Amino acid sequence: MPQHQSRQPDPLNLKGILAQCLRVERGGRAIIRDIGFELGAGEALLVLGRNGAGKSTLLRALAGLLPLRGGEIRLDGSAVGTPLAELAHYVGHSDGLKAALTALENLAFWSRMLSQAPDGALSPQAALQKVGLARVGDFPVAYLSAGQKRRVALARLFVAPRPIWLLDEPATALDVGSQEVFAQSMAAHRASGGFIIAATHAPLGLVDAKELRLDVAKPTQGMESAA
Amino acid sequence: MNSPLAALFWRELRIARSIGGGGAMGVVFFLILVSLTPFAIGPDLNLLSRIGPAILWIAALLATLLGLDRLFQGDADDGSLDLFMMSSTPMELVVLVKCAAHWTLTALPLIAAAPLLGLTLGMEPASLAGVAASLFAGTPALTLLGAIGAALTAGLRRGGLLMAVLILPLTTPILIFGVASAAAASGGTVPFHTPFLILCGLSLMAIAGAPFAAAAALRAREA
Repeated sequence: MPQHQSRQPDPLNLKGILAQCLRVERGGRAIIRDIGFELGAGEALLVLGRNGAGKSTLLRALAGLLPLRGGEIRLDGSAVGTPLAELAHYVGHSDGLKAALTALENLAFWSRMLSQAPDGALSPQAALQKVGLARVGDFPVAYLSAGQKRRVALARLFVAPRPIWLLDEPATALDVGSQEVFAQSMAAHRASGGFIIAATHAPLGLVDAKELRLDVAKPTQGMESAA
Repeated sequence: MNSPLAALFWRELRIARSIGGGGAMGVVFFLILVSLTPFAIGPDLNLLSRIGPAILWIAALLATLLGLDRLFQGDADDGSLDLFMMSSTPMELVVLVKCAAHWTLTALPLIAAAPLLGLTLGMEPASLAGVAASLFAGTPALTLLGAIGAALTAGLRRGGLLMAVLILPLTTPILIFGVASAAAASGGTVPFHTPFLILCGLSLMAIAGAPFAAAAALRAREA
């Protein structure tokens, strides 16, 4: 493992997230207005809403990929000084994999790029084993199916431990068996004090998840307003 | 160099060397461009050897910019760019390392090939060395200026041409002092080090400034 220890406090020690009055704009239009939530360790938040309600926009803003135009996010725990983006994993519509590299090479790269504390991280092989792809680790990602690519992308969650998982439709293209395995992984992550914020239409198997509905009180918003 | 950046550097090299990565494209383009020129100008060795440095420099400029539009496009398409933003490594360093990998793959072979191609243009030995040295000093500036254009056009589908239109005018000083130092190496009124040091200065300025501009452009991509 690389000895890359950039911060003294344990980056995994996060006790709570409090978001208040979030406002996110895209192309000058407010997609997210006055959204807030509070999560404690081990809690999950399901972001629900119809297409274009701003689920992806909210997740991308939390991941630091879109600027917040208003509101604040407060973190509780020893990781307070770290930006939320560096405490979070983001699994979005695209898998973040290079087609020319093998699944193992992709994972090894992201583990070195994203990990902050070497302890608790699975090796790329073990992470692939966990998502049931140990046999195709040496294949270039280009040859994998959409569901297999998604599983490699999800294996990224295990090679670099980060307390917050931001999941945007994570179960897309996953078969039933993989969905169950992933649900168990999410439960284990929550049991160890992790946070999950997921935008989804399909049930993910999250028990006792809080819900955040985005499509109420937004009558003027068009269908095309968010990706 | 700390470990995430080394990992990024090797990943870039591996992707470029794989099929469809386009790693060798620049130097092949350079080769074709330089060997076509004598056919257009005719077998006038005196003329060719006089304009040789200029031909090599223009070809190097175009060859360097050829693959640069893909510098961030691939990462933007497959979501890697989002993940770079979320790593604790500053985006400026990511840009710098990606440029270093691109320079290693594109400009270094080009610098090695330039003296050989200069021979076919009938250039003198001193001039050949001057061209190689000036390319070595000047191509980092080309790569880094191109990175700004690549970052600005990373979200666009057909950004390659726009990037060339944006960046080519900015490369004028590099071209002027590059050709001037190559020409000064084979005699002339100006000592070699005068344009050469200015060229080095331009490259150092680009190394110091361009990563910030490119990283800012990448961050503002979606907002």
